[in-house]
Amino acid sequence: MRSVANTMWDPVAFRAAEGDSRDELPVPAPGAASRARSNVPLLETRNLAKRYGGLEAVAGVDLVLSHPITGLIGPNGAGKTTLLNIVSGVERASAGEVRFRGRAIGALPPHRLAALGLVRTFQISRELNSLTVLENLLLARPHQAGESLFGLFARPGRVRREEAAAIETARAALQRVNLWRLADAPAGSLSGGQKKLLELARAVMLAPRLILLDEPAAGVAPAMEEILIDTIRGLAADGVGFLIIEHDLEIIAALCDHVCVMAAGQILTEGSFAEVTADARVVEAYLGLKP
Amino acid sequence: MMGYLVAILTFVSLAVLLGLALNIQWGQAGMINFGLAGFYGIGAYTAAILAKHGVDGFTATAAAIAVTAAFSAGVSLATLRLREDYLAITTLAFSEAVRLVLMNEVWLTGGTDGIRDIPRPLVGVIGGEHYEVAFLVACLALIAIVYGLLERIVSAPFGRALRAVRDDDVVAATLGKDVLALRVKAFAVGGAVIGLAGALHAFYFTYIDPGEFAGFVTVYAFMSVIVGGKGSNRGLMAGAVTVMILLEGTRFLKDVVPVLSAQQVASLRLMLIGVGLIAMLIYRPQGLSSEYRLSARQPAGAEPGS
Ligand SMILES: Nc1ncnc2c1ncn2[C@@H]1O[C@H](COP(=O)(O)OP(=O)(O)O)[C@@H](O)[C@H]1O
Ligand SMILES: [Mg+2]
Repeated sequence: MRSVANTMWDPVAFRAAEGDSRDELPVPAPGAASRARSNVPLLETRNLAKRYGGLEAVAGVDLVLSHPITGLIGPNGAGKTTLLNIVSGVERASAGEVRFRGRAIGALPPHRLAALGLVRTFQISRELNSLTVLENLLLARPHQAGESLFGLFARPGRVRREEAAAIETARAALQRVNLWRLADAPAGSLSGGQKKLLELARAVMLAPRLILLDEPAAGVAPAMEEILIDTIRGLAADGVGFLIIEHDLEIIAALCDHVCVMAAGQILTEGSFAEVTADARVVEAYLGLKP
Repeated sequence: MMGYLVAILTFVSLAVLLGLALNIQWGQAGMINFGLAGFYGIGAYTAAILAKHGVDGFTATAAAIAVTAAFSAGVSLATLRLREDYLAITTLAFSEAVRLVLMNEVWLTGGTDGIRDIPRPLVGVIGGEHYEVAFLVACLALIAIVYGLLERIVSAPFGRALRAVRDDDVVAATLGKDVLALRVKAFAVGGAVIGLAGALHAFYFTYIDPGEFAGFVTVYAFMSVIVGGKGSNRGLMAGAVTVMILLEGTRFLKDVVPVLSAQQVASLRLMLIGVGLIAMLIYRPQGLSSEYRLSARQPAGAEPGS
């Protein structure tokens, strides 16, 4: 019998303990190794585009996530956040398609994507202000009996048990990012860096298969960066996929198996961190020079 | 004097129920219902029409609750599917439409004459003499029940999801919450409570006409929620009582300042109510009480800081 704290970082075991009712897709064998071997990529976009009036923020992106942790870098305005918005269902693509574990998801609303195991964080933290830190995490727990009007009156015992279990899971997640001492604080009162960590911990509560992070290290104190990196590594080792947008290249270098570089709405190049940073076009894109 | 007190308390009870309803719709779920009076009218007329047709009071009340909840669900669903920020304006338009129907569909509603002699439930058993007191007791008991149910909803994961949707619906959606369904449910729950209040209104006054379901009812409910503290049911009750004290208390103005004409007194009353509300917003902008928050210290020995 594993402790809750251990199962928490193992989404497969965590889901099994829950009695997973996610039935829409075949469940892959656990572990990163088998994922790498399976030939259906976790996420795939084909010719994805997003126009805002005359501006093409995303201009035909083909992205295949076939590594546990993929980095997405590029200068400001490259279209990284827009890409992530489309993939997470927050915005609709103007053209192209998105596949998550082989399934076309372009038309699904965000809550359906979350139920399939795809979750994201935001570049500008969007904590739920009036909820406490703990409530922010509890909210994200899937399949809560107490979230249906019928369940909350008809199954009070189950609601109580689920809530107690959720608090234990949330506690492990919050202790991991050093926020448990602030469990009862309104999330709006946290510092910018703490909010980033809160968003990651909250995403983990969904027991997702893929986490999209939009600049997770922005505003995070150097001491907490270690925690952030360890947390992401731990989750990846347990089979959670990551797509990480980040300006801090040290973090990208430390974490990512594969890096895509975006500029002007397109994927400029991709490869290992060493490969892409050695590419002259990447340096030009960052410096804003015309190639 | 006793009779006056009972009447006022019954009136306050109805205001409390309306406030509780708005407190889940607007306070918890962030959905503005400017058409509350229209839904109230639907509840009252449903109960009155059924009672006039010989349906017993309890069944008529249950029907009023169900019909008002269904209208609330329908209006919110239709609006939110288009654009969520239209809700304020569509509810307002809806309540106007309800008023027009009540005034013009004479065959059903009696038009501007309203409906008279609505048969009261159990009047034969209780007797006319003590009826008002018994009715007040019933109102208070119903408030206790509604309060208990709403508190349960608010403190359950459902209530937490509503507050999340209110704070940031995009985040709630990316965390797996079906925002549209949550909003429609919250609006319907509020609608059920409004329907109950409407039925009580019809049975208490035994006479209703379309003019009773106009904007001021909505305004009082909003005032109660603002004064009480958005989202807090306990605060709401204090808020509703405070608002009614302001409204009723200023009624005695004409005895205190006899020099003024009736019209001047009426204006002065409104001014005093306004000043009272502004003072409230300045000195206690968060309202009398704040909303439910889970504490990690309470449940299952989980203690933060450990
Ligand atoms: N909602 C929007 N409306 C109009 N333009 C937008 C919108 N969102 C982003 N953009 C534009 O799209 C481009 C890409 O933005 P973004 O995806 O945020 O870039 P990045 O995250 O790579 O910095 C920018 O030029 C930005 O101004
Ligand atoms: Mg961005």
